[in-house]
Amino acid sequence: MTTTQAVDLVIPGGDAAERREEERGRVSLSPRDAGAILAPAVAAIAALALHFGLSNGQIAPPTRAYPLMLTVLLTLSLLLAALQGVWRASRPWVRHYAPLLAGAILTVCVWDVVTLKLALMPMPYFPGPDMVLQSMWDDRGLLFESAWHSLGLLLCGYFAGVAAGLVSGVLIGWFRSARYWGMPALKLVGPIPATAYLPLVLALFSNAFVSGSALIALAVWFPMTMLTASGIANVPKSYLDVARTLGAGRGYLIFRVAVPAAAPSIFLGLFMGLCASFLTLIVAETVGVRAGLGWYLKWQQGYVEYAKVYAALVIMAAFFSGLMTLLFAARDWVLGWQKDVIRW
Amino acid sequence: MRLQVDKFSALDPSDSDESGAPADSEGSSLSISGVRKAYRGFDGAETLALDDFTLTVAAGEMVSLIGPSGCGKSTLLRLIAGLDRPTSGELRVGGERINGPSAERGLVFQDPNLFPWLNVRRNIESGLVARGTLRQQRGEVAEFLKLVGLEAFADRHPHQLSGGMAQRVALARALINHPKIVLLDEPLGALDQFTRMKMQDEVLRLWRARGATMVLVTHDIDEAIYMSDRIIVITPRPGRIERVITVDLDRPRVRNSPRFLALRAEILELLHFAGGEGEDGPNRRNEQ
Repeated sequence: MTTTQAVDLVIPGGDAAERREEERGRVSLSPRDAGAILAPAVAAIAALALHFGLSNGQIAPPTRAYPLMLTVLLTLSLLLAALQGVWRASRPWVRHYAPLLAGAILTVCVWDVVTLKLALMPMPYFPGPDMVLQSMWDDRGLLFESAWHSLGLLLCGYFAGVAAGLVSGVLIGWFRSARYWGMPALKLVGPIPATAYLPLVLALFSNAFVSGSALIALAVWFPMTMLTASGIANVPKSYLDVARTLGAGRGYLIFRVAVPAAAPSIFLGLFMGLCASFLTLIVAETVGVRAGLGWYLKWQQGYVEYAKVYAALVIMAAFFSGLMTLLFAARDWVLGWQKDVIRW
Repeated sequence: MRLQVDKFSALDPSDSDESGAPADSEGSSLSISGVRKAYRGFDGAETLALDDFTLTVAAGEMVSLIGPSGCGKSTLLRLIAGLDRPTSGELRVGGERINGPSAERGLVFQDPNLFPWLNVRRNIESGLVARGTLRQQRGEVAEFLKLVGLEAFADRHPHQLSGGMAQRVALARALINHPKIVLLDEPLGALDQFTRMKMQDEVLRLWRARGATMVLVTHDIDEAIYMSDRIIVITPRPGRIERVITVDLDRPRVRNSPRFLALRAEILELLHFAGGEGEDGPNRRNEQ
């Protein structure tokens, strides 16, 4: 009993009254916090003022897309700032992300000033945010279709490569003879960029979708195999010894000890494979496949529609970043017992 | 929220009325005859870890192996566990030759070596999963959690446990397999003195409850005297039996009784001679 009481006293906020006092203390925000929370609104107002105040340097069809986006952002940030008094749970993340949002708005504002307003960058290669937003809106159907097609191709190739890499990685990592024969082959074939196999892949598969996913699978397979194999080979011997004295057979040793112990390394392989798959996806789509974001990019470049090229880049950023976030969320979920590798 | 506190009150050493059936004492005797173990180094030179080692441990006996670092104690345990093969000689359990690792011979290391990706409950279950007996023995998991006083920590992961708690999980994980022989390789070596003394009582209680044969490797002379029926003093490089000391004291033993201290002095003296020049462990101990 005495131990427990002593421990409770040490924990800050363990006492209910103390916790309530702490919360009351947090009601009054410091001027710094208030400034940070209001920063996006101030940035949006400044961007709007510059957009309407300065005269256009570039000759561009006037649209309402950019001011509309700024107005939406302004309304949202004012709404969130006002909600701070009521919705207390949102406070930490609003405080955290508000300066970042303000920075993003200011970056777009600088882009607007440098291109549309001061015409410091040559047209048609550097359109302003207004034109890019407008093209994104105009081409939304095609962009959505392209993103959808890219997602299908990417996931097909990625999962095929991951499955193949897991199998070969476990084999090479665990079995001595597989390592003897597999490692030299891997060392020879692996470092070649997957895109160099394009002619071969195009000759092997007549279907563009199949050849595209084969190329992506190849790109994913190499880092996946290397990192799975090294993870399995470096499993602490003591885990295997313990499992043996507990009556474990080979299946248990491989799938219940070696694979989970190698999970941090396997996730590194999944991460590097995902990076490689993005690169290969875009190359495959600009060369062989006649659909998807990479194809859209190349196609619009052909028509010198640079606003649409940037629109595709913005969509790609969201698309790839979203997939990466999903992967890292999965990692945090699976590797809850071990959190110290790369953060996303 | 509370900090994790080892609940030593749950580890009453007098509580020996465990419901689990003791391991079958028939056939759980251990005989080691003429065992020699040599390791070949990178330069091709042979290192003799054990030479002509012969020892018989009766079923249900608690035996300690004590000796300076490098005397082959841990090598011997690995041989008994079946993780390594002797260069010559043989080891038998209940007359049956040891041919490889088996759940019949549980091994607990100095490092608990819990699987960090499994929580406490799943760590304890891992032997049952490996042997495919989880369905029949699932009921025992709660029993073993209770036995080592960790019911409240069943869902914790190893990195959230203290050293003593982790070692208790390792003990439970080995014991739930009902091994005929429990091999303890300095299991309490990494613990502080206070935790260590509590854990010694804990291990003794488990030993009495399960009725298994136990072989304990230790650096700690007091631990060896406090716990074992017999103490095997081993000389280093190559490991040979220097002396077998029968501890003729009733349990629970009093750590400062005259007989306890006399045994301690005897072993200290043996280890001093056995250590030779330049050995680390025993000489330093003598200087205290």
